[in-house]
Amino acid sequence: MTPVASLGRSGLADFVLQRATAVVLAAFALCVLGWFLAAPVNHARLAAFFGTLPMRAFTTLAILALAAHAWIGMWTVGTDYVRRHYFGRRHALYLAIYQIGCAALVFLYLVWPLAVVWGVAR
Amino acid sequence: MRISLYRYDPDADAAPRMENLELDIPGVGDLMVLDLLERLKAIDPSIAYRRSCREGVCGSDGVNMNGRNGLACTTPVSEVARRGKLTLRPLPGLPVIRDLVVDMTQFYRQYEKIKPFLQNEDPPPARERLQTPEDREKLNGLYECILCACCSTSCPSFWWNPEKFVGPAGLLQAYRFLADSRDTATEERLAELEDPFSVFRCRGIMNCVSACPKGLNPTRAIGKIRTMLVERGI
Repeated sequence: MTPVASLGRSGLADFVLQRATAVVLAAFALCVLGWFLAAPVNHARLAAFFGTLPMRAFTTLAILALAAHAWIGMWTVGTDYVRRHYFGRRHALYLAIYQIGCAALVFLYLVWPLAVVWGVAR
Repeated sequence: MRISLYRYDPDADAAPRMENLELDIPGVGDLMVLDLLERLKAIDPSIAYRRSCREGVCGSDGVNMNGRNGLACTTPVSEVARRGKLTLRPLPGLPVIRDLVVDMTQFYRQYEKIKPFLQNEDPPPARERLQTPEDREKLNGLYECILCACCSTSCPSFWWNPEKFVGPAGLLQAYRFLADSRDTATEERLAELEDPFSVFRCRGIMNCVSACPKGLNPTRAIGKIRTMLVERGI
């Protein structure tokens, strides 16, 4: 079976994607943490750090990784819990509402930080 | 010994209930939980449970004892009773037929799905399909499963998606045939397991490993199936 709402359309693709995005997010978190620990933080230093092209590219990659990672995770949680057994005959409707809500949140958390990161360049 | 026993007779009860019972246990030796059930049944013949070999081979008497799944026949009362009290329930996640007897249809349906038999397209040899001692060694820790369902019914992923997630018992057997040097249906078997539910719904919490009365490790088998799927996909 190939659930249409699954990101990679296969369990293997979702599994690999979730682990690959986890590596990207871990690397990004370590990079940012290292920067925070390296010297006192102020806005000028922050803007300079995230204003460089490599850092903006890395941040974009991390945001995309977060969106993919979050969607796979939330889709999994939804298909675990929003079941006929708990929600009755209308479970498919509730699952669709849940997934649309998750998709909207993921979209928001994708577009907003991207706008912030690339807005820094102006 | 105070025993709290799950009772449910769909013909007579509107809902399941817990029945509190008292039983005098002799101080000599250590009874198995099945012995205790036998004594209870001698007092109240209406108590229902499955049993057969009473030595951990048939896998009939899987029950939930003080919150842990296991075989009643190989679990000493002293191992599971707490402060002289033992709560006995049916295996969780499966429909109850009566008292401790559960409907295993869904469990067997998942087992059937993985095609638990040797598949080989080559013409059969005169006597038998041989394998090296090293290849045979790979089946240890896999073939010993007695299908008692203690592992699958302790797995939340199986509770949530029993019709889609194969479950630890079925996946242990799936790997048993994937690892068998005589089986030639590896590609077809892996293709059947690639969807988001059959294997990948396992979250690796290892309840199955804790529950297995035979000391097997379905989580490791599931990890190996995933590795095979990833290698096949590269």
